[in-house]
Amino acid sequence: MAFGTGASSARGGSPGFRFTIYAILSIIIMFLDQRGAYLEQIRYALNIAAYPVQLLVSSPSTAWRWVQESVATRDALRADNERLLTRNRELELRSMRYEALAHENDQLRGLKDALPPVAERWLVAEVVDIQLNSLRQRVLVNRGTRNGVFKGQAVLDDKGLLGQTTHVGPWSAEVILITDPEHAVPVQIERTGLRTIAVGTGDTASLALPYLPANADVKTGDVLMTSGLGGVFPAGYPVGRVVEVHRDAVQPLAQVRAIPFASMNIDREVMLVWFREGHPAAPVTAASGDAKAGNSGMQPQAVPPRPKPAAATATPGQPASQSTKGAAAAGQAAGAPSPGDAAAAPPAKAPPPKPATKAVQEPQDAEEGPPIEEDMAPKPEPKAAPPQAAAPQPAAPPPSTTALFARASATPTATARLP
Amino acid sequence: MNSEPRGAMLFTALIALILTVLPLPTYLALVRPMFLVLTVLYWSIASPRAGGIALGFFSGLMLDVFQSPVLGEHALALSVVTYVAVREHQKIRSKPAFQQSLIVFAVLVAYESILFAIDGWTHHPITSPLRWTHTLTGAIFWAPVAAVLNATNDRRR
Repeated sequence: MAFGTGASSARGGSPGFRFTIYAILSIIIMFLDQRGAYLEQIRYALNIAAYPVQLLVSSPSTAWRWVQESVATRDALRADNERLLTRNRELELRSMRYEALAHENDQLRGLKDALPPVAERWLVAEVVDIQLNSLRQRVLVNRGTRNGVFKGQAVLDDKGLLGQTTHVGPWSAEVILITDPEHAVPVQIERTGLRTIAVGTGDTASLALPYLPANADVKTGDVLMTSGLGGVFPAGYPVGRVVEVHRDAVQPLAQVRAIPFASMNIDREVMLVWFREGHPAAPVTAASGDAKAGNSGMQPQAVPPRPKPAAATATPGQPASQSTKGAAAAGQAAGAPSPGDAAAAPPAKAPPPKPATKAVQEPQDAEEGPPIEEDMAPKPEPKAAPPQAAAPQPAAPPPSTTALFARASATPTATARLP
Repeated sequence: MNSEPRGAMLFTALIALILTVLPLPTYLALVRPMFLVLTVLYWSIASPRAGGIALGFFSGLMLDVFQSPVLGEHALALSVVTYVAVREHQKIRSKPAFQQSLIVFAVLVAYESILFAIDGWTHHPITSPLRWTHTLTGAIFWAPVAAVLNATNDRRR
């Protein structure tokens, strides 16, 4: 008998009808999942269902590891112990020095109480399942909401930044590694303070820095740290080391490759970290960030208002302090010219008392700036904007900060080029 | 044949899911066929009333949980695949093995195209050509997979 409506109607409609139902269901699921957190509960339930399979999948390697560990010889254990003791001593020595430094730093900052470390507590989690291929770089760890793990939590190993949690189940959490092609982490070059974005490449030994202009001050051996922007990772954690800088005369952007410090492919244990809110180095979240709280007059603004020339010369009070800060950041970010250089540049037609203000606050003012500034200024803007949008981070940074710094880093470079 | 081989179907689907998500070295993972898709295809062709499109949908949902940025994309793609297979199961069943492999290849390419399109629409584009390798290996693996599943099916009956 032909497989038609007659045969299948016993189980609820023709295949065409049932297909339509399921297809619509899938599309609704996709839409809801894409649009936001409507499906967190369903995902949570599905994670519970999937966890036994994931455990089962990882059992062969777990068993092999257990066998290896149980047949380890006494000599090997002793050597291991020796190594760990030495390492521990080294670390203790270093931490002694660290406390002295922290104290000194506090004095320099003029704080009354010593700042506690930004990491409030951490939890060691075991890697249950790994997916490391060029399309997806994820690991599954055996801690979930029952242990207080939340979505978008930073994950480290003993050498550096590893990734962040994406989907959290009751007993497990999926971690997207910083080398996943879909992941981007806001970083800062330690030597120069230049901020950029490190994007995963799908290779555990490689990160790309695709948004650095060809004239950016970056060289092989530079250490990348988290910049604290982006709302997920705190500032100052090591990410990787630049190993390859390729500048092409034709390309406006340099091609920079870095190696992550964290050993993605051999880690068995990772650390989930909770950070102190309100700590200067803590990640800025949308809820607690400076953008919402604090004095709004002191905040950098995405589109700086165009002050009238008369007003600009007349009131050097608050904008001046803001601009000095901005100019300092600009000089630091670009690495090259000091604010003085920017001030000495011919095209700055600003009044003498505060030339730096012009450079930072009105970079897109066509009448004031030279045409080359117009050409240069927009370029680094995509450097900050699209990856921030594409990065799978729950809380985007206050866009105003990024925009200002991007522009600030561009301006002195542009003006310095003119002579 | 008193009933459809539901037990065997679910059991083999679970095994196939495990094989599909089992962590492997990179080079092996890239050429690994989607065993779950092949298994679902087999059951849709060999015994279309046992699982039907529901099997495809729920298998796809499990795949989504394991390896998808957005829930529902594998579910949709696998629903389409099962629908086609269930509709054309008699034609496909009567073909010789080599032609079946060709058909499976075409179906897998369609499957991956759906995923590719959805990935693009949901802003998770993966444009590496390596994502297509599993269609080829899937076509190659079709005959052995079908043979193994045939054996379980026969024993059940």
